[in-house]
Amino acid sequence: MSKIIKIHDMSLRDGMHSIAHQFTLKNMVDMSQALDKARVPLIEVTHGDGLSGDSVNYGFALHKDEEYLSAVIPKLKYSKVSVLLIPGIGTVDHLKMVEDLGVKTVRVATHCSEADVSEQHISYAASRGFDTVGFLMMAHMLSAKEIVEQAKKMAGYGANCLYVTDSSGHMLPEEVSAKIGLMREAFPNHEIGFHGHHNLGMAVANSLAAVEAGADRIDGSIAGFGAGAGNTPLEVFAAVCDLKGINLDVDLSALMDAAEDVATPIMGDKLPRVSRGALTLGYAGVYSSFLLHAIRAEKKHGVPAREILLELGRRKTVGGQEDMIEDVALELLRAGG
Amino acid sequence: MKIRCALIGSGNIGTDLLYKLLRSDVLEPVWMVGIDADSDGLKRARDLGVKTTHEGVDGLIKHIEEDNIEIAFDATSAYVHAENSRKLVAKGVKVIDLTPAAIGPFCVPPVNLDEHLTQGEDNVNMVTCGGQATIPMVYAVSRIQEVSYGEIIATISSKSAGPGTRKNIDEFTVTTSGAIEKVGGADKGKAIIILNPAEPPLMMRDTVHCLTKGEPDQEKITQSVLAMEAAVQAYVPGYRIKEGPVFDGNRVSIYLEVKGIGDYLPEYAGNLDIMTAASAKTAEMFAKQMIKNRT
Repeated sequence: MSKIIKIHDMSLRDGMHSIAHQFTLKNMVDMSQALDKARVPLIEVTHGDGLSGDSVNYGFALHKDEEYLSAVIPKLKYSKVSVLLIPGIGTVDHLKMVEDLGVKTVRVATHCSEADVSEQHISYAASRGFDTVGFLMMAHMLSAKEIVEQAKKMAGYGANCLYVTDSSGHMLPEEVSAKIGLMREAFPNHEIGFHGHHNLGMAVANSLAAVEAGADRIDGSIAGFGAGAGNTPLEVFAAVCDLKGINLDVDLSALMDAAEDVATPIMGDKLPRVSRGALTLGYAGVYSSFLLHAIRAEKKHGVPAREILLELGRRKTVGGQEDMIEDVALELLRAGG
Repeated sequence: MKIRCALIGSGNIGTDLLYKLLRSDVLEPVWMVGIDADSDGLKRARDLGVKTTHEGVDGLIKHIEEDNIEIAFDATSAYVHAENSRKLVAKGVKVIDLTPAAIGPFCVPPVNLDEHLTQGEDNVNMVTCGGQATIPMVYAVSRIQEVSYGEIIATISSKSAGPGTRKNIDEFTVTTSGAIEKVGGADKGKAIIILNPAEPPLMMRDTVHCLTKGEPDQEKITQSVLAMEAAVQAYVPGYRIKEGPVFDGNRVSIYLEVKGIGDYLPEYAGNLDIMTAASAKTAEMFAKQMIKNRT
């Protein structure tokens, strides 16, 4: 029996970006129940920008993180639930607020070169016995060697699993192989994970490359819910893995049903796709959740979203800098005016 | 006549502040306190003729009387500030706290420095760099119209964020959020901080979003915001409104940039500059009051 690759569902967290954080409690429960039935081991539930992401900058969710978690967790039979925390947005206090709700995994995300801002949160989560994940975002911006150096810090604070996160969907399979391969080598006793976005249409190929390079966990979502063109579509990835003889220990048919019958009707016309904007994110290496904000800025100020996103790429903006979008739009408007 | 003061903490903030105090007409930096004799900050202080100790605040306390130290700046960390402050206040020293400890009341000079002068506190807290850059603007809106929610996003270059800031990033968000409410006048405050590693380093940027109760009075708010920009520029020349105020429904957004004057770190580190400039200004006002009471 080959090792089981653990898939981690993003539909209820990264998927929040696709719908401007407006899932109802029923949406969340319906999707998580379908995932539970398909035996998906881990499901992430929070605002798209993690605990306490609720803001003008990122958008106010329909419900609080606590309400979503309380609605979803008690109904699960098989799946466990994770929360995302981005230092600088969420704090250890926010983690304390949700830790009694039955959360199993805490993922602490930083920009790939700034791992040392995660010390408070990773060490707290590890000390409380959580499955603790260090999540290095925008990993296309550093070399494999540098990623390993940053991951060492997170491992030192207590993370038991370390992620290479392609937040822009900018990476190609050979880059994923190189980065995951070096991580595998550097951390023989840690789990290694990969989180992809489909902006260049590469999410499934990249996730497969990650598994082949030694990854233990792969993020994805049903019907590819997620920022930009979405995350790795889990039902597609599961089918590919089945053909390749990779063991995910999930129910493929139930995953397909979850994507088709449960998830797709919820998203309606907001179903992620490789749109012009999403493709620009992948092409220019821009944080995927900027997409809807850039489209909104286009509507308000009349500056094409593609121009805004390309400029944000040139300026090397990082995750969380959504406030740059209107700023850059106004600047471009003046320059072009 | 100058009031003699001590700097505790020889990191980025303490060292930047030292340069500002050396230019002051009413303050004289006499001591600089660190914990590492080889730190760049202590070396520079020695070269500039300032007395130094690497034995922490205890290395300073025994010299307070003989050197007549009346004001101390603490730029260490929230964890050691309480103990430092207790020892200094017991010796009759007025403490300006640049850590996010916030034992004393928050001080954001263009908003509430006058209030602190009349109340004569032993310890005032300078909030955070992001707070100094944004809270004046939250106040500029709330003094015109009620603000139900104030949110700030501070983006600083990775190079300007020292190990203390990184290790204790939660203190930034918690302290700044509290001050958006208490000093900025918003019913509810939220603060976000982002580090950006781009090269060349980006200038400190701050965004302020206020949600007003009812339709914002665009003309009055714009006037108030522009007046506040000028008030901050009086002590931080590189402070400017980049865009805005932008009005969208009941949202008022102001996009700011803070260019430092390059005392210790280069110009991009506006976060350092606004924190130390606000602290120096606060201490100068206290010093002027001390001098006036004596003559």
